[in-house]
Amino acid sequence: MALQVEDLRVHYRTTKGDVHALDGVSFSLEDGEIVGLAGESGCGKTTLGKSLIRLDGRMRHVGGSAVLDGDELPIGDDRAMNARRWKEVSIIPQYSMSALNPTRKIGKMTAELLRARGKSYRSLKGELVRRLELVGLSEKVLDNYPIELSGGMKQRVVMVLSTLLDPSLLIADEVTSALDVTNQKAVAETLVKFRDMGFVKSMIVVTHDLSLVYQIADTIMVMYAGRIVEKSPAETIIKAPKHPYTKALIGALPEVGLEYGDERLKSIPGKPPHLLEPPTGCRFRDRCPLASEECFQEPPKVVVDEGHEVACWKAEV
Amino acid sequence: MGRYFRRKLLIYGLTFVIAVSINFAVPRLMPGDPVARMLTRNSVSNPESSEAMRSYFDNVFGFDVPVWQQYLNYWAALFKGDLGVSVYAFPASVSSVVLDALPYTLALLLPSILLSWVVGNALGAKAARNKLLDNGVLPIGYILTAVPYMWLAILLAWLFGIILGWFPVAGGYSFALTPNFSWPFIVDLLHHWVLPFLSLFIVALGGWAIGMRNLVIYELESDYSNYLQALGAPTRLIRRYAFRNAVLPQITGLALQLGVVVGGALVTEVVFAYPGLGSLLLNAVTNQDFFLLQGILLFIVIGVLLFNFLADVVYVLVDPRTRLGLEGGQS
Repeated sequence: MALQVEDLRVHYRTTKGDVHALDGVSFSLEDGEIVGLAGESGCGKTTLGKSLIRLDGRMRHVGGSAVLDGDELPIGDDRAMNARRWKEVSIIPQYSMSALNPTRKIGKMTAELLRARGKSYRSLKGELVRRLELVGLSEKVLDNYPIELSGGMKQRVVMVLSTLLDPSLLIADEVTSALDVTNQKAVAETLVKFRDMGFVKSMIVVTHDLSLVYQIADTIMVMYAGRIVEKSPAETIIKAPKHPYTKALIGALPEVGLEYGDERLKSIPGKPPHLLEPPTGCRFRDRCPLASEECFQEPPKVVVDEGHEVACWKAEV
Repeated sequence: MGRYFRRKLLIYGLTFVIAVSINFAVPRLMPGDPVARMLTRNSVSNPESSEAMRSYFDNVFGFDVPVWQQYLNYWAALFKGDLGVSVYAFPASVSSVVLDALPYTLALLLPSILLSWVVGNALGAKAARNKLLDNGVLPIGYILTAVPYMWLAILLAWLFGIILGWFPVAGGYSFALTPNFSWPFIVDLLHHWVLPFLSLFIVALGGWAIGMRNLVIYELESDYSNYLQALGAPTRLIRRYAFRNAVLPQITGLALQLGVVVGGALVTEVVFAYPGLGSLLLNAVTNQDFFLLQGILLFIVIGVLLFNFLADVVYVLVDPRTRLGLEGGQS
C-alpha cells in the first residue's frame, strides 16, 4: 500500500478558535492508483492535499497519521518533512501560473532548486528535457522567463518540475481549474500518462469537477465538511452513488444529450456548515432530504460493496 | 528596446524644454525688480546716474529687449553653457557660483541617500523574518519617516553641537581655514559634514526599512515561495529569491529619491548653514537673483531627469519582465 492515512485531523488557527478543516480522515491508496478527491469549496479537499506535503502557517496537525511506503510522514514537523518533499511527496499547486520565480530563467531556477536539494542538474537535465518534450514543450523553455510562456505552458512546466524526482505520491490540486476545456483534457491525460510511465506511483487529484476526475481516476472520494463521506471506484460513484450528498452532487451535473431548455439544473440548497464548531452527528443533516432522528448520531461507515464505503445511516447494503 | 529608449528620450527632451521654459518664466513672474534692488544696494540717489546705472545693468542682464527675445537669448546662452551673471554675487557668473556650491550638495546627498538605501534595505529585509527585530524596526521606522528633516537637523545640532559639543553646528568648513587640499582642511570638512549627513541619512533610513520589510514579506508569501517550500527548497534559496525580487521596486524608489531629495537638502543646508545648492537657492530667492535662481533650478531639473532616466535603464536591466515586455516575448 502506498499511502495509509489514519484519522487525520488538521485545524486552522483563527482568532475565533480552531477551524476543524480535517476532522478524522482515513483512507488508503494503492500503488499506481489515481484517487479523485471531490467536494464543494470549503470541504477540506485542499487542506487534505496540503497536509500531506506542507502545512501553511495557520494549519496545525492535531492528530492522526499518514504512512507513505511504510514510513510515517512527519506532518507536523516542517523540517523533518523537508527531506521527504519532492522526492517522495510532491504537489502540483493550484496556482501553477504563478508558481515560478518571475525573475529567474526556468532552467536556472530548476538548477538552483536541484542543487539546493543535493541533486545534480547536469545529470537530470536529459530526463528533464525528455519530459518537457513529452508534454509538448521544447528544451528552449529552460532559457525562458516564466512571463514568456502562456498559462498552459507554465502549467506543463510545473507538472514536469514537480514530478522530476519520481515521487511516490503526487497531489494535483485543482490543476485544471484555470484552464480552458481543451487544455483541461490534455492536462488530465498527462497526469494519467505520468502515472503509466512511472514518473509518479500514485496520485491524489483534488478537484471540484467530478466529470473531469471521473475520466482519469480509479477511485473517487467525496468529502464533506472535513470528512470523507463516500469512497468507491470512479464508475460506481457516478452510476450508483449511495450518500445523499454524492447523489446531490451528481444530480447537479448536466447530462450530455439531454435538452434542458428553460429548466434549471438542480443545485444543493444551503451551504456546508461552518467548521469552527462543527455540528454533531451527520454533518450533511441540515441539507439532506432524507434526514431523520438517527442522523443526530454519528453515522456509521458502511461497506456496501468491494471498495465502496459510505458514511450514512441511510446507506442500504 | 531601441524604440522604447527613443520614446523615453523624446519624453525627457520635451520635459526638459518645458522645465527650462517654466524656469525662465517663474523668476520674471515674481514680484520685485532686481535691478532696482541693486541700485538701492549701491545707494544711488542722483536720478541721472541712477538712470545711467539702470540702463547699464539692464544691458548686462539683458532686460533691455522684449521678453520673447530674452527667452530666445536665454536658450542660445544655455547652449553655450552661459547661465548669465549673478545679481547677488555680482559680477561672478552663475555657473561658477553654482559649481562652487554643487560639490557640497553632492557630497551631502549622494552618501546619505545611497547609504540609507543600502542600510535601510538590509535592515528591512532582516526585520521581515525576525519578530524581535520587526517589533523594534517598524515603530522606529515610522517615527523616523514622520520626522521632518529640519526638525531632526535642529535636534542633532542641539544635542551633538551645543550640548555635547562634538561637532560644529554651522558652515561647510571653519572660517579660520581657506579651502585647500591639505589634511587639516579635509578633516575639518568631514567634521562639518557629519551632522547634516546624519540628519538626512536617519530620516531616509526609516522609509527604506519599512518599504523593504513589507516587500520582502509580500514576496515570502507569494506563490513561487510557497511552491519552492512545498518542493522542500531550503529557506536560504527562498529568501534569496524574495530579496532579489523585493529590491526591484526599491531601485526605482532610489532613483526617484536621488532626483527629488534636493528639496529636503535645502532645509538641512539652511539649518546647518551648509554652503550647498540649498543655501544658495535661498539666497537667490531672497535677493531676487533671477539668473542664479534659473541656474540652480536648471541643475535640479537636470538632476531629476538624469536620475529618472537612470532608473528607467537600470530597471530594464534588472527586471526581465520589463525587458521582455519591451522586446515582445514569445508565447
